Amino acid sequence: MKYSILIYGQEGLFERLSPEEQEATLEQHRALQRDLERDGAFVTAKLMPVTSAVTLSLEGGDGQKTLVTDGPFMETKERFFGFYIVECETMEEAIAHAERILVPFHKLEVRPVEWSAGTYDLPL
Amino acid sequence: MSAEAWIKAHFAEIRPKALAALTRRFRDLDLAEEAFATACMRALKAWPEKGLPRDPFAWLLTVAGNAALDSLRRKQSRPDTDLGEESPETALIEEIDQAGLRDDILRLLFICCHPDLPPQDQSALALRVVTGMSVGEIAAAFLVKPKAMEKRITRAKRTVRASPIPYETPSLAERLTRLNSVMLMLYLLFNEGWSASAGDVPIKQPLCEEAIRLTRLLVDLYPGMAEGKGLLALMLFHTSRRAARLNEDGGLVRLEEQDRQLWDTVSAAEARGLLHVALRRGEAGPYQIQAAIAATHIDAPSAAETDWAEIERLYAALYAIDPSPVIRLNQAAALAKTAGPAAALTLMADLSEPLHRYRWYHAMKGDLLLECGCPAEAADAFRTALDLAVTAQERAALTEKLKGCEKKSTTLSD
Repeated sequence: MKYSILIYGQEGLFERLSPEEQEATLEQHRALQRDLERDGAFVTAKLMPVTSAVTLSLEGGDGQKTLVTDGPFMETKERFFGFYIVECETMEEAIAHAERILVPFHKLEVRPVEWSAGTYDLPL
Repeated sequence: MSAEAWIKAHFAEIRPKALAALTRRFRDLDLAEEAFATACMRALKAWPEKGLPRDPFAWLLTVAGNAALDSLRRKQSRPDTDLGEESPETALIEEIDQAGLRDDILRLLFICCHPDLPPQDQSALALRVVTGMSVGEIAAAFLVKPKAMEKRITRAKRTVRASPIPYETPSLAERLTRLNSVMLMLYLLFNEGWSASAGDVPIKQPLCEEAIRLTRLLVDLYPGMAEGKGLLALMLFHTSRRAARLNEDGGLVRLEEQDRQLWDTVSAAEARGLLHVALRRGEAGPYQIQAAIAATHIDAPSAAETDWAEIERLYAALYAIDPSPVIRLNQAAALAKTAGPAAALTLMADLSEPLHRYRWYHAMKGDLLLECGCPAEAADAFRTALDLAVTAQERAALTEKLKGCEKKSTTLSD
């Protein structure tokens, strides 16, 4: 069984901590990553701030046209379902990938990844 | 891990929103600042015991609101006046109108770039009011004496109070005017930190960081504004080169000579992401074009592989929007790389008048003339630049160049 751990918090707080306090937080992550790497496989990613995000939806319920709006996805009635991490040259390319899986009443947020790490080879 | 550090970080993040809302409600900047400080003091006592409230912003706003009412009561010396009381526990806070709050924050920033204030006072006031830096911290960041900074900020507040910015929801055109003024103030604040206008300290990092934070706030509030993203991208591209920009003696290293291994790929990647999103809107403006120029530099694996033709095109595009002599000068610098020094000098021909007090104009002219094989004329240009130089490092570099010219002149005449 695979489990996801999703991180929520307020942007901008971490950057305001002193270097020592930032380091203490990062060390918690590094310790976990070391253990996960030893015991098996994992993948982790840190996303860019939401200012760099765009949100995709289909115009109208029955519409077929993709609507791309600047900014993150912020509604609260929808729930987090899953995610892709894809290697792209440009935002356009990432949006083109996302468009292929866009369905009515769902929203997709496309946001650059700041960094990623891990050893997880998903069984394909 | 100390909870207090996280709590203080919360205060700093909430401050612009809270001050904007409090200033709207009480129409008094000083009262808003004082009330927010009181609320933070109470939170520092209450939060570690009771845990972070569900909505820290609402908590602080309610407590600050009560503190402001208390203060007004005391001033009116009518202790029985019932101005009402709100309890943070019941969070009896009026539904915060997000769209209204957005304009209130913009208004708060716009108060700071009041047209009656000189640019340096604008950023000092924004740092004091919006980011909550102490006068001492701001003075240290600007490298001036605390007393002098105190005077400037007090004077700025008085100016702002004398002609208040209206509280009505701004029209679309007015909002755009405000956004442009605020962006310009943030751009200048960043530049003040990035390229010191005086003194021997080449980078004032805290000013750059606060400028980035405030621009982030603006982009968060107005995600559809392509120029805001362009401005943030521009700042992030610049800061990504921070570690490579200073040598061991704390002197500036020219872009061409920087160790590209030291560039921060994370900041550059975020900047690239922002610029992509901004350019998608097809509303290129000066900040986006400048960010694109910075991106072209950063994307080059080495200085020699820089796409100067692209940079020259981008400066030409920038000049079309904003025909300023400094932009033309930068375009000429790029042209020198693609078409040679003579072509660049031709493009610069009209600039001698408007840029006669601009040290970089004379320094660049000197470099180009030297390349063209005119060491005597180059020496004249370097001498003028030397007279205008600001930092010790600039003077040292120009003196070196001048020596080079004189050596060449003597060899030629021999």
